[in-house]
Amino acid sequence: MSLDGFTESQIQVREAIDSICCKYPNEYWAQKDMEGSYPSDLHRDLAAGGWLGICMPEKYGGSNLGISEATVMLQTIAESGAGIAGAQSIHANVYASTFFWTFATEDQRNRWLPPIISGSQRACFGVTEPNIGLDTLKLQTRATRQGDNYIVNGKKIWISSAQVAQKMVLLARTTPLDQLDNPSKGLSLFFPDIKEEDGVTPKKGVDLQRISKMGGRAIDANQAMLILRLFRQVFFDDFEIPVADRIGAEGEGFKQILHGMNAERCLLAGEALGIGLAALRRAARYASERVVFGRPIGQNQAIQHPLAQSWIDLEAAKLLTYSAAKAYDDHAAVKGSSNTDVGARCNAAKYFAAEVAFKACERAVMTHGGMGYSADFHVERYMREVFVPRIAPVSREMILNFISQKVLGLPKSY
Amino acid sequence: MRPSPARLLNILVPVKRAVDYAVKIRVNPQQTGIDTNVKHSMNPFDEIAVEEAVRLREKLKSSIESIKLVSIGPSKCSETLRTGLAMGADSAIHIETPDSAPAPEPLGVAKALRQIIAKQEGGVDIVILGKQAIDDDAGQTGQMLAGLLGWSQATFASKVDIDVEKKEATVLREIDGGSEEIRCRLPVIITTDLRLNEPRYASLPNIMKAKKKPIEKLTPEQLGVDLAPRLQTIKVSEPPKRVGGAKVENVDQLIEKLKEAGFTAA
Repeated sequence: MSLDGFTESQIQVREAIDSICCKYPNEYWAQKDMEGSYPSDLHRDLAAGGWLGICMPEKYGGSNLGISEATVMLQTIAESGAGIAGAQSIHANVYASTFFWTFATEDQRNRWLPPIISGSQRACFGVTEPNIGLDTLKLQTRATRQGDNYIVNGKKIWISSAQVAQKMVLLARTTPLDQLDNPSKGLSLFFPDIKEEDGVTPKKGVDLQRISKMGGRAIDANQAMLILRLFRQVFFDDFEIPVADRIGAEGEGFKQILHGMNAERCLLAGEALGIGLAALRRAARYASERVVFGRPIGQNQAIQHPLAQSWIDLEAAKLLTYSAAKAYDDHAAVKGSSNTDVGARCNAAKYFAAEVAFKACERAVMTHGGMGYSADFHVERYMREVFVPRIAPVSREMILNFISQKVLGLPKSY
Repeated sequence: MRPSPARLLNILVPVKRAVDYAVKIRVNPQQTGIDTNVKHSMNPFDEIAVEEAVRLREKLKSSIESIKLVSIGPSKCSETLRTGLAMGADSAIHIETPDSAPAPEPLGVAKALRQIIAKQEGGVDIVILGKQAIDDDAGQTGQMLAGLLGWSQATFASKVDIDVEKKEATVLREIDGGSEEIRCRLPVIITTDLRLNEPRYASLPNIMKAKKKPIEKLTPEQLGVDLAPRLQTIKVSEPPKRVGGAKVENVDQLIEKLKEAGFTAA
């Protein structure tokens, strides 16, 4: 991938992350995938290098870089062969951080940021609910104020890293829908501990359950264990949160969460780009080495042209992704404001990068033929993982709805 | 003689920007050199040199006054210098040559380094540099520099100890069949071997700090050195492709084959 147009900081991030990831080859990730165990070595190395604080203010131990640099970091991790699993091991820490320093109080920042930057605590992200999906304003998880605490009841789903996270960014309802004139004012954002001090035992009222996902079938139960492990369902049953762990004012949660959404779109676009490039690289290598009928299969245009097309697609996705990330960073200077153009571009980047990465992964598997179906060649792992940026954190359809309505001025369809 | 107690030590680390060790080298179609339009990074032996300088400071604390880097080459060398600054060096000198200029040879580099050392107001006590660069594998610069300056040299170092009070360096050298321990007076030129240390990764906060560290720009003309190559490269070619071997049934056949090929006496 050409780094033409990248800033000096972006190039430095890429080189530094690349040298860390060299220690963790594809075989490491295949093993983690099979065992379903958390890549704590990589997390440790990234924390030691200060990388978890990439977007956080220097005052708390961060380096105050933008989403443009964080996207490079996650792309480079994914591209190393770590895939989405590797990127997701730190993903939530990067984008969850955008909330804190924008909306948190000084006291909260001092309490929360240093342990996250040092890697001693991890954060997960609890927004989606089993019965709600993308209709965020209808969230049902209820946080009821009782003195100095909120009592939380409800369910959250698709919580990456919930098992290893000490903290959760939690969006919950503080005012029932029927008592609201403005439905966007009923939600509040919290940052509670979900574990006891040992970092393992869930707090009273918190129940974590694994979700079987993608490949959790009888055919090969091991194949998707990492994904099984990474995503969780969380149930709250009279879970108490101190008022001091609420971020910003009551009822402002929805507005706050929107602020971080565009950043996350960029990060996922970068992750998709990374896994797509990793797949393409392996495909090109295999196609030039595999000899059938006396010549490398890559000498056949039927093999090489789809790969060349994927290179073009990924190159375009790169431009879209980093222009969106730059737009986000340029705009983030304006505190807490939303901007349709930035939103459209971050969404477009996520959509496009995920789709072309999916195509690249599929072509990589097909280029490998039977070998592509074997875990030893890694492309089947990429193929399974590339569904994550296609589906999360927002569906393709909702992105198209948003662009239709907000950019093209068409009537709302849903 | 310098007065005792020991004056603070200044370390100079010359570094070279070379084709990255992981890149597959390709000879250019004209066979005049290799394709250089590929990823470059700091010569790995020089990375070890920077690491050693930083470790000496960590060990000797305030006895080390400064760690300064120097590199000769086109504008992109400043990226290499930033890498070294992020690892912990304090400042750097970039002797900038035009992008089109041929790569300088060891003698030219050694002469330029001699001028740099002469210019340092606080003097230089220890020069640490890679034993060779992985691009041309010349392995001469350190020794030439020691010769030009008339300084002690400790080459192929695998362990370095500095006695600040006595102004001595004790260096373990990797030699054929084992290792050799030598002691030499400062100022000293030390060239690094692979096993001296394992360089650290630059942390993000240090990468950010390195952006603010000074890089002084100089030209070969300002130093009064002529970097023009004295050697002419006639042709660069790839090593011959390895041809597949043959299997033999037993030792007798093996010996016979070796005899046929002329590797053993008939």
